Amino acid sequence: MSAALEVRGLRIAFDGKPVVRGVTFTVERGECVAIVGESGAGKSLTARALLGLTPADADVTLDELLVDGTDAVGLSERAWRDLRGTGIALVSQDALVSLDPLRRIGAEVAEPLLLHRIVRGRAARAGRVRELLARVWMPDPERRSRQHPHELSGGLRQRALIASALAAAPAVLVADEPTTALDATVQARILGLLREIADAGTALVFISHDFAAVRRIADRVLVMKDGIVVESGPVAEVLESPRHEYTKQLIAATIHEPRASAPAESAPVLIAGDVSRSFDAVPAVIDASFTVKDGQTLGIVGESGSGKTTLARMIVGVDAPDSGTLRWTAERRVQLVHQNPLGAFDPRWTIARSLREGLEAGGVPRPERAARVAELLAEVGLAPELADRRPSALSGGQRQRAAIARALAADPQVLVLDEPVSALDPSVRERVLRLLARLQRERQLTMILVSHDLDVVGAVADEVLVMQDGRIVEQGTTAEVFTAPQHPFTRELLEASGPVGA
Amino acid sequence: MRRAQRVLLWVAILALAVIAFAALWPGVLATHDPLQTDVRSALLPPSAEHLFGTDQSGRDVYSRVVYGAGRSLGIGLLATGVALAVGLVIGALAGVAPRGVDTTVMRVNDVLMAFPEFLVALVVVAVLGPGPVNIAVAVTLAAVPVYIRLARVQTQTLRVAEHVEAARILGVPRARAFTRHVVPGVLGALSVLATIGIGSSILAAAGLSFLGLGPSEPTPEWGLMLAGGRNVLGQAWWISLFPGIAITLTVVSATVVGRILRSRADGRAT
Repeated sequence: MSAALEVRGLRIAFDGKPVVRGVTFTVERGECVAIVGESGAGKSLTARALLGLTPADADVTLDELLVDGTDAVGLSERAWRDLRGTGIALVSQDALVSLDPLRRIGAEVAEPLLLHRIVRGRAARAGRVRELLARVWMPDPERRSRQHPHELSGGLRQRALIASALAAAPAVLVADEPTTALDATVQARILGLLREIADAGTALVFISHDFAAVRRIADRVLVMKDGIVVESGPVAEVLESPRHEYTKQLIAATIHEPRASAPAESAPVLIAGDVSRSFDAVPAVIDASFTVKDGQTLGIVGESGSGKTTLARMIVGVDAPDSGTLRWTAERRVQLVHQNPLGAFDPRWTIARSLREGLEAGGVPRPERAARVAELLAEVGLAPELADRRPSALSGGQRQRAAIARALAADPQVLVLDEPVSALDPSVRERVLRLLARLQRERQLTMILVSHDLDVVGAVADEVLVMQDGRIVEQGTTAEVFTAPQHPFTRELLEASGPVGA
Repeated sequence: MRRAQRVLLWVAILALAVIAFAALWPGVLATHDPLQTDVRSALLPPSAEHLFGTDQSGRDVYSRVVYGAGRSLGIGLLATGVALAVGLVIGALAGVAPRGVDTTVMRVNDVLMAFPEFLVALVVVAVLGPGPVNIAVAVTLAAVPVYIRLARVQTQTLRVAEHVEAARILGVPRARAFTRHVVPGVLGALSVLATIGIGSSILAAAGLSFLGLGPSEPTPEWGLMLAGGRNVLGQAWWISLFPGIAITLTVVSATVVGRILRSRADGRAT
């Protein structure tokens, strides 16, 4: 039997500008092949080309495309419609957008069954939908099939989407960043499900920017950069001995060793005692007690809704606890770097003007501000000509650097960073993390870093707080928490994000 | 589509430029004195001597249309400008006011918005009495509610926006963050609406004049001229037609420019 998917010489160009330049690979039944790369690498376009779903203005050429034995080169739109679903199906990144908000989950999953006339009769279809939902480990499939997408959590929505992709029993499943928007533990479960689907005989193409996820699920990996596959091979081999420089960078950027050195003793600057905060009687933070030590980095880890951002906002002082105390041992200037740097800048102002405002608020006299703006930009590694741009004209990494520069404008002693790198590509993230480490050294900053990503926290923090449902369930030095986790949730998180050696 | 839109935009801008020129320097474009009556040359059709013909009193319609531009454009800009300023102040204050005050202001505003703008203007003139100043007031008042509503919602959105909070965290005082980051943002949104509002204000003012509630004869005013020619429309169509074209061209051009500017502003925001 031939391979489930064979692609040879896939090229995609826009207006004569090549974006994907000659991609060739095959996927066997029961095998998972991952395509890894950063934004702009062409991996999503490649995925879409496999389903004949490239944008109308894309110029696609193929030497060969065999889907489940069917030659799909130059297929008509009608023929593609027959092949999609039965031969090859797609699970996209954002399940909330992909699912029709007005249709119940059951109807969504049943659609391929209707389209391809697989199961006849209402009762038989309902039964098949229940089987499919059970197949993707949907809890309580009977009830869930009657609900609308907004009633499901992100992880369950992703499951519903996978169920509908599987409905017509395709030979190939293409999953485009299926877990990027999900919390670590949920992500781990979805990855487990996809792996199990592959093991049951479906060929899986897994698109991701995250080597940690790829390692958990894929058999083979293709590393893409600027539309070219720069390296490919079995996952273990590529991870252990990457040949291409770019692969090495990517691996280093997504998989860190947790900081091993025990932090040197220093005096506490902030002592929190039984801090609690609720919104409309729903507790967000419950009895949080911890200390932040001078010149060190405290990492706060948790999933969405765990209360970590609320805690950060209280530390900065934009929100106040309902009960408990946050006591600074000395007068400290505290600054916050927002989660979303695009929203944190006035969209009508240039970067320089925003920085000048920060300097003004920090008491820098007017004549010195222009020179200080230049110094700040240099300090965060931004070219001086970017000063006159508006935030919308900067890349994600540049924006985050600008946001850090503005926080530094007020000359803080404590910097609170809310998910500073979660929206960035791995190699950009790596550079921003290095920038933070350097700033901490040079300015003797005390940092509090909030993140959902255990790997990021492990790489930069001296001490770690793990939060779950508003409570601090574990705290200690990074080395302790990573090597000897006490709380079951910490262990689950560690397993889910799977740093090296775990 | 994009190309057609660009052509349309330039045509509209050109038309507005000509009308603005007529409003600023009517003497340069006019061929006759707009008030000069000459019974011997009454009701003459368009010719080289009288481009748009003459009216019942023998006044040159073309020159009167040229001289009318200033009044129409003036009232459109003035009414819109004042409405924008009033709307900004009331709307922004409602946006930060305690809930009770906000609710009261907005319910009154809703009642005003429930009536068509022209009807509100008509009622205001009925109360204040006819006259050019009063129709300016009426048109302005009729336009205000829309600005109040937009200003209020923009204020409420922007004052809790991340970048405003970011400025506060930097240590920018609350009042300064408000005037620096919130007010200019609200003003930006209102000014886009205003470019569309100019057209409807001109139309409303001309409509009130047409009904005889604005300036009185022999003032060269488009709405009034339109009304003046309506009894002789059968014999002398040119008396009403040309002021009518002038009104239409001005309103359509102003609206086209406004809408295109708005769609560009929206495109940038997303």
